[in-house]
Amino acid sequence: MSEIKQMERDPLYVVSPSYISPKTKRFGKILVWSSFFLMSIIGIIQILYNLEKINFGFNNWRPLLYSYILWAIAIGYSRVLIYGERGKRNLFIFPAVMFIISIVIFPMLFGLYISFTDWNLSSLDGRKFNGLDNFYQMMSDPYYWNSLKNMIYYILAVLVEFAIAFLLALLLNSQIKGRKFFRVVFLIPLMLSPVAVSWMVGKSMLEQRFGPVANFARWLGWETPTFFSSPEIARLTMMCMDAWTFIPLMIIMLLAGLQALPKEVLEAAKVDGANKWTMFKNIIFPIMLPVSLTTLVIRIIFKLKLADIIIIVTAGGPGGATDSVTSFIVREYRDRSNVGYGTLLSFVYLILIIIFMTILIRFVNRWLQRAS
Amino acid sequence: MVAKGFIMKKEFFEKTLIYGILLLWTFICLFPIYWTATTSFKTAASVTQGLLIPWLDFEPAWKGWKNLGLSPDTIFTESNPREEFLARFFNTAFISSTASALAVIMGSFAAYGLSRFNYKFGFMRNPDISFFFLSQLILPPVVLALPVLVLYRELDLLDTHIGMILIYTLTVLPIVIWIMRDQFNAVPIELEEAALVDGATVWSGFFKIVFPIVLPGIASAFILCLILCWNEYFLAALITSTDAKTMPVMVASQISSQSIKWWNMAAISLALCFPLIVAAIFLERYIVKGMAAGAIKG
Repeated sequence: MSEIKQMERDPLYVVSPSYISPKTKRFGKILVWSSFFLMSIIGIIQILYNLEKINFGFNNWRPLLYSYILWAIAIGYSRVLIYGERGKRNLFIFPAVMFIISIVIFPMLFGLYISFTDWNLSSLDGRKFNGLDNFYQMMSDPYYWNSLKNMIYYILAVLVEFAIAFLLALLLNSQIKGRKFFRVVFLIPLMLSPVAVSWMVGKSMLEQRFGPVANFARWLGWETPTFFSSPEIARLTMMCMDAWTFIPLMIIMLLAGLQALPKEVLEAAKVDGANKWTMFKNIIFPIMLPVSLTTLVIRIIFKLKLADIIIIVTAGGPGGATDSVTSFIVREYRDRSNVGYGTLLSFVYLILIIIFMTILIRFVNRWLQRAS
Repeated sequence: MVAKGFIMKKEFFEKTLIYGILLLWTFICLFPIYWTATTSFKTAASVTQGLLIPWLDFEPAWKGWKNLGLSPDTIFTESNPREEFLARFFNTAFISSTASALAVIMGSFAAYGLSRFNYKFGFMRNPDISFFFLSQLILPPVVLALPVLVLYRELDLLDTHIGMILIYTLTVLPIVIWIMRDQFNAVPIELEEAALVDGATVWSGFFKIVFPIVLPGIASAFILCLILCWNEYFLAALITSTDAKTMPVMVASQISSQSIKWWNMAAISLALCFPLIVAAIFLERYIVKGMAAGAIKG
């Protein structure tokens, strides 16, 4: 019995006897229910008004939002009234949980519903439930599958980025002068907005006629340097631009790992006469494995969101060769304003991501266990 | 003697290689910024010739900055582009700083709660709640974008500051929780226990004792959020149109317009990046700390 108590105990444990009178408890409950009641009334009025059953109501749903916020505050306050000290502790995570539920879960449920409708924002018909039609449309949409295939290429490019970042992190960690300077400079690309990068690099430097990169390519002997006309080169260009922005993130994470390496082990290996390559292969890389894998996973998470530079620089072209899933869905929405179909595509993407990440993380964990 | 010379030579070769690679990457990092900065001072002719070095290749003019109303001779005169630019600048600054502050406040509380108390919400225990928070990182913005867009239309939140702040807070909240959890775990619990025995409440213990210790961590989380919000384009492009339009959206809309005024675009892109380049130079320590936090523990 006492052992169970020990486990259930909070890490920060204080005996705080607090007597809460039944009156206070009742007041707390009344507070929650009355605000909930208010919210329901506003909601019902608005629904009836929208259905044109009654002729008074609000211009939009915002009053419902306000009453929802009021209700949420009432719940939080009533926790303290009803549970005392325990409730005060709940108050630490309550705002964040409530916030995420309101802004993620509600829209997701709503999105799940609209993904089974044919809803064109520009047409006057409003939404129509059309069951699995969107799904069948997706199955026969070559551009969606093409964008998924592109995502695989983009994710594989992470490995190359990782190799470059690891090399640079190793160099930054070696005995060099001006480390502070290099660290600041290497950080800068990450700070730049993808929009600015799209223009600075994608539109300006890669300009075929007079961009410096094109001039350089011509000097190297490539007579007609075009970076966005053939599918393969266009995809490679987008990969490079994305890599340019995100390699700093990987450098920082790997450098943090390298700086935390146990110095004694490295010294011992040096005394034993290990050369740099064997030291890297047998000591640094194995110890760095957890950090490396974390870095890769985080980089892949960011890669899965890749969209901005593609939307701005190529808009998915030529022929969808550079499309990421996000940029494709945005075009689907912009061109045809079909919210229902676009939402379904994004939900399928989410499910694929969840499956992929689960497998990836399980694989990573197993690898780490075997390594240690 | 020969062997020593050989070693010296090898070491010299190695050093050259290391500095060579580092300088090459420095060049790769800085050249786009240099190119943009010089382009903003070029005339049409010197842009199309792809000239590189000011004063040597071409005579710099305040071309791009003049159009933006930020050159020396236009800065005190009235200028519509400047008004527009400043309005967008303040929108971006206001939205991103408010969203970051909100995220940091909520995220720090949540992270502190998770590191100090055991919670139970139905079947969810602490690890589950942590996972619930962190799993939001994986959620791609496009999944939320369309439903939120439609919901915002109904709530009349489209193109408002509040709407933008809410969605930005959401995107950075998991990152704050992720960083702050490690920060709080590193603070010994005994400190607060002593204070609690002396009669402090849980909340006053948090503010008086733990908060000052983790302040650097909070600062780096805040800066990281600020950067992410400042640069965010995708959601802003969908949600805003006029009132709450942010700088990235403005710059992007000018990119796609037909006649590209190179010097103008260069000036405006540089203005978008400038605050963050300054931040990188002066706050490098905090930014790196925030980003490295997850790597070692993870």
